[in-house]
Amino acid sequence: MKELTLPMLIAVWEEMFGQSLFWALAVLAFLVTLAYVFVLLRDRSLSMRRFLLAQLSMPFGAIASVMFVQRITSSRLRDIGGPIDVLVLLAVGAVGAVGLAILVYTTQSLLRKQR
Amino acid sequence: MTGSRDLHGTLATRRGFLAAAAGGIALAGLGSAAPAAPAPLRTKARIVIVGAGAGGTGIANRLASRLDGASITIVDGRKEHWYQPGFTLIAAGLKPAGYAVSTTASWLPKSVNWIGDYAIKIDPVAQCVGTMGGINVPYDYLIVATGLTLNWAGVEGFELERVGKDGIGAVYAGPDYAEATWRAMDAFTDKGGTALFGRPATEMKCAGAPLKYAFLTDDYLRRKGTRDRSQIIYAAHNKTLFGVPIVNEKVKLLFRERGVDVRWDHELKCIDPGAKTATYEIPASQSIKNGVIVETPAVRQTIDYDFINVIPPMTAPRVVRQSGLSWEDKWVDQGWIEVDPSTLRHLRFPNVFGIGDINGVPKGKTAASVKWHIPVVEDHLVAALQDKEGTAVFNGYTSCPLITRIGRAMLIEFDYQDNLVPSFPGVIAPLEELWISWLMKETALKPTYNAMLRGKA
Repeated sequence: MKELTLPMLIAVWEEMFGQSLFWALAVLAFLVTLAYVFVLLRDRSLSMRRFLLAQLSMPFGAIASVMFVQRITSSRLRDIGGPIDVLVLLAVGAVGAVGLAILVYTTQSLLRKQR
Repeated sequence: MTGSRDLHGTLATRRGFLAAAAGGIALAGLGSAAPAAPAPLRTKARIVIVGAGAGGTGIANRLASRLDGASITIVDGRKEHWYQPGFTLIAAGLKPAGYAVSTTASWLPKSVNWIGDYAIKIDPVAQCVGTMGGINVPYDYLIVATGLTLNWAGVEGFELERVGKDGIGAVYAGPDYAEATWRAMDAFTDKGGTALFGRPATEMKCAGAPLKYAFLTDDYLRRKGTRDRSQIIYAAHNKTLFGVPIVNEKVKLLFRERGVDVRWDHELKCIDPGAKTATYEIPASQSIKNGVIVETPAVRQTIDYDFINVIPPMTAPRVVRQSGLSWEDKWVDQGWIEVDPSTLRHLRFPNVFGIGDINGVPKGKTAASVKWHIPVVEDHLVAALQDKEGTAVFNGYTSCPLITRIGRAMLIEFDYQDNLVPSFPGVIAPLEELWISWLMKETALKPTYNAMLRGKA
C-alpha cells in the first residue's frame, strides 16, 4: 500500500457500507457514546445495579459480534492461523462486548428516573 | 476567526472536550494525516484515456478533480464494469456473479467525456485515437489503460460456450463464466476425480489466481470428504509456481502438504472436451548425464481430467499492438507498451503514459498495482502540463491475497526486486496463512477498489 490517510479510510468505509449507512452508523455510535457520557455526568456516579446488568450482557455482545463477522466472511474458528488472528478475534469480541454494555447501561439509565 | 471562536467555545465545555479528545485519539491512531489537496491546475490540454477499466476510470476521476478546463475524454465501448479481483470468490461459490458487475457510467465524473465505442486505432505520431464508429479524437496527452486480451483461441478445442459443462471452468472469462465455473467445480468436488490447474506461459494478470483456485478446490474436496479419491495436478508453465522466489518456496511447501501433484514446464495447448483430456507442450531442454550433454526434444503430453480451469495466453489488445507503442525487443509476441518502469511514461513518446495490465514492466498486472500506477501517472502528467518533471516513482509494487482455503490467505506484497514489502510489517506476516488476510480480501478489498475508481484511494 502506498499510503494510508484518514480521507482514504473514510472513502473505503463509505464504499463498504454505502455512504448513507456508514454515516448513519457513525452518527448512531456517536450519539450512543454521547448519551452514555450524558448519563454519567447527570448521575455523577456509576449505578452498580445497572453496571452489573451491563456486564452480564457483555459475553452476549462478544459472541454475537464474532458470529456476525464469521458469518459475513464465510469463516470459522478453525481459520485462526496466528497470534494476530487471536488478537483480531479478541478485538472483535471486545468491541461487541463493550458496545453492548454501553448500550445496555445507557438504555437503562435513560429509561429509569435519575436517582 | 469565527471557526476559532467556535472551537474555543466547544472546548470550554466538558462534554465538548471529551468529544474532541475522542476524535483526536482516532486521528492519532491513523499515523499519517492527509496532505492538503493542491489547487486545481488551469489548462486547456486535451487528454485522452483509452480504456475505462480500473486504471482508466481511476485516473479520469483524479484528473477531473486535479485539472480545471482540461478536455478529458475516455474511450471504451464496454458498458459493464467488472471487479475482476472478485472472480475467484464467485468461482468459489461465495459470491454471485452480480458481485463483480457495475456500470461504466456510474463511475465516471460528469466533466469527463465518455465515448462509448471501442478504439481501433492509436496513432502516437499524429496524436489521435480512432474508434470503431469512425470518431477521431486528437490528443495532447494519451493514457493507455486498455487492459489485456484473453486469447481463448490459443487453447485449441476450448469453447467459452462449454464453460460450466463437462468439467470445464474458465475463471478469468467474466463474472457469468466464473459462476458457471463454480457449478462445474461444485459438481466435481461432490464426486472427486482428477482436477487440472495451471497458467499460460505469457505474462498474465494476477498470477496468483490459478494457485488460489487450486487451493480452493482442494478445500472443497476436503470439506465434502472426496479428497481421498481425488488427484489435483498443477501444471506449471516453467520450473516455478510463483515469480517471487521466497513465495515460490512457500507455495511449493503448501502444495506438498496438501498433496498437490506438480508438473513442471507444461504449457496448455489444447483440450478435448469429449474425451476430457488436456494436451501440454513440454519445451526442448538440455541436461548433462555422465558428463555428456543430452538434448531432449519438445514433447506433447496428454492428461485426463474430470475438472479443468482453463487460462489462455494473454497479450496486448490488437489496437495497441498495431499502434507502434509496444516494446520492439521485449515480449514481441505479446505487445506490452514500452514504458519507463519507474515513471510509466512511454520511452519514445513522452506524451503517452500507461496504466495497468498493458504496461511492459516486469511485474504488476493486478488492481493493487493499478492503485499505485494512478498517482504516479497523475504526478508526471500534471508536472508535464506545467513544463516540469514529476517526482513520483513506481517501485513495482503488487499485492496478492493468496487464498489457501476458505477462511485463510497469505497477504503477499512485493516489488520489482522480489522484495517482500508488507503494508503491515511485524503485524501481518506475508508468508503465514492468516484469517486476517482472508478478512481483508473478503471485506476490505472491494471497497478499497471502489474508492480507487472514484479517485479517492
